[in-house]
Amino acid sequence: MTAVRPSSPVLLGMPALPTSPRGTGHLRGDESFPDAARRSLTDTQLRRNLGKATRTIRGKRAAVVAELPDWEALREAGRQLKVHTMAHLPDYLVQLEEAVTARGGVVHWARDAEEANRIVVDLVRAAGADEVVKVKSMATQEIALNEALEAAGIAAFETDLAELIVQLGHDKPSHILVPAIHRNRAEIREIFLREMADVDPELSDEPAALAAAARRHLRRKFLSAKVAVSGANFAVAETGTLAVVESEGNGRMCLTLPETLITVMGIEKLVPRAQDLEVFLQLLPRSSTGERMNPYTSMWTGVTPGDGPQAFHLVLLDNGRTAVLSDAQGRDALNCIRCSACLNVCPVYERAGGHAYGSVYPGPIGAILSPQLTGIEDNASLPYASSLCGACYDVCPVKIDIPSILVHLRAEHTETYAAEHRVPSAEATAMAAAAWVMRNPTRWTLALRSGRLGRVLGRRRGVIGEVPLPVASQWTATRDLSRPPQQTFRDWWAAEHASAAPEPDGPGADGPGADGSEGAP
Amino acid sequence: MSAREEVLARIRAAHAAAPPPDLPYATLARDYRTTSELDHEALVERLVDRLLDYKALVRRCSADELPDVVATALRERGVRRLVVPAGTEPRWLAGLADDVEVLADGPGPEQHLSVAALDGADGVFSACAVAVAETGTLVLDGSAGQGRRVTSLIPDYHLCVVLPGQVVADVPQAVRALDLTRPTTMISGPSATSDIELNRVEGVHGPRTLEVVVVEG
Repeated sequence: MTAVRPSSPVLLGMPALPTSPRGTGHLRGDESFPDAARRSLTDTQLRRNLGKATRTIRGKRAAVVAELPDWEALREAGRQLKVHTMAHLPDYLVQLEEAVTARGGVVHWARDAEEANRIVVDLVRAAGADEVVKVKSMATQEIALNEALEAAGIAAFETDLAELIVQLGHDKPSHILVPAIHRNRAEIREIFLREMADVDPELSDEPAALAAAARRHLRRKFLSAKVAVSGANFAVAETGTLAVVESEGNGRMCLTLPETLITVMGIEKLVPRAQDLEVFLQLLPRSSTGERMNPYTSMWTGVTPGDGPQAFHLVLLDNGRTAVLSDAQGRDALNCIRCSACLNVCPVYERAGGHAYGSVYPGPIGAILSPQLTGIEDNASLPYASSLCGACYDVCPVKIDIPSILVHLRAEHTETYAAEHRVPSAEATAMAAAAWVMRNPTRWTLALRSGRLGRVLGRRRGVIGEVPLPVASQWTATRDLSRPPQQTFRDWWAAEHASAAPEPDGPGADGPGADGSEGAP
Repeated sequence: MSAREEVLARIRAAHAAAPPPDLPYATLARDYRTTSELDHEALVERLVDRLLDYKALVRRCSADELPDVVATALRERGVRRLVVPAGTEPRWLAGLADDVEVLADGPGPEQHLSVAALDGADGVFSACAVAVAETGTLVLDGSAGQGRRVTSLIPDYHLCVVLPGQVVADVPQAVRALDLTRPTTMISGPSATSDIELNRVEGVHGPRTLEVVVVEG
């Protein structure tokens, strides 16, 4: 039986739909975002690798998006298609099931990660295989399928170059599209030399040479594999057509060579009709790799005699998605097409890196998706892992308003916390105090002046580091604050307009340029 | 309750708790471009430009020159064992040198080439269903002369012929011209990866060389 999300005041009157259960899958980290981020912030190699990669991709994306005069119309079409699909999900899922079945496929439904893993393990065993080749897939990462297969004595081989780097490096993915984005070529070479039995010891760190090594390493696996496991980028309800978008050809290998193909897909990945792909096949490649089109897109409908796998299984996965759907504000997170554009523009992601998010879904989309899939209490720090700058909203190809959902989830967390602890959280207390101060002009003026105390705190480095006070310590643990100015705006205004009250507070006392003259005590 | 019933019931419960906006399919905004002002010649120019940009090799010729151009391309690549899908127009391969061995992939499963035979070939020849000018994409849908999906995947060199009537402006025109329920592969340039420092590198598991003969006329 699945875990049931405890009802909270925010959800009063709503059915408590089950979130992704604890214990299976990769949606929860071992530590909170601030704790994980504090460590990754000190990793200069990581920051260099990430900075270079995200700069590259931002430039490419901007260039190919600018080529299309109808980009905004495409985004709006994509958004509306997704909103419409989510509103008619039961009908479209049943239609998909009928279409896939009519074309010789078998459809399975999975309430959660555990059930999905069990279905896949049973299918692999029934096919008489003890190993599978895998196409990169977020859904199978989310449910920790590789670990479940391993526990059942089945070896899973990742075939996407980045997933291979992560798997061989005994590492975790840190980006939706480029899971090994935190590794540079020198590190990848080291991993290959250490982990690939058949690698040339003279291997260089040229990307072309590394790609060629991966080709040699996987070639025999592809040609002999009996079972493949994939995800899906899109499924067409009307026709039962599935689509996988990729670059290297590893996807095509897995989708066409084995006898049995098992596709694991979140229930939100639907589009109503084949024609709708004309929207998403323009939005996705340009937003993700910054290309006009990805090198390979494969589409298949059920089973085609003589071409590709002759047994096809589709596993439809809930794992908390229906809980997300039950939140009127948060459910747009389900519209995500996993392009990762929001990661590449996010100043927080660029500095903290993907691992800090704890979930397979990092970055801005992860900050709204993971807490909703697990229940807010299991990923409570993620909605705060954002500067709310809005860059993610600007680039989202389906216009998901990530900043608004972040704010909504913060409110939900605060209220859930207050209800469960019967006392307000530290944040809520601080906010209540702030509101009291702000309600009265005299109190506000005094408070602003007292802010100058901050100058004492920061005089050594010019910025304020960790402040050992409740709430403030949480905030300042991962952020440097600028020192407050010597004079508040209100004091300056009063001084400039001498007739106005309140009385100026000796503006010249601590004159301009005093900063530099303050030596260490 | 079966998993199927339970998941469907959960969705209905979610909708009941937070009713979704009513946005009928027929009213969905579709203000993006579905037509093009480019004439045929300009479309071909754009297709060639995009193909070259994605590191495909391109040759252009008239229909009459096609057999010679195909033979020349194969000779220059040193292709001695060539995979040829069922339904290939025989005239296109009429110029082939005597030392090129044709590996015919038959129409029925009994006549299909083995994976080992495909792996031992130097290249594959194919037609396409549609070519997309804006994105430099070739679409193969398994109909005559295009082959099963594996035939254009395993050999390291892919030579593809695009006929004049097959060039469309952009993705919407292509999607509307295709029957996507056929086993469909969209190919944009040779196999590539962006997984190392997000720089594009050509050549991983699919054909490392893609050559396109664009027939004009």
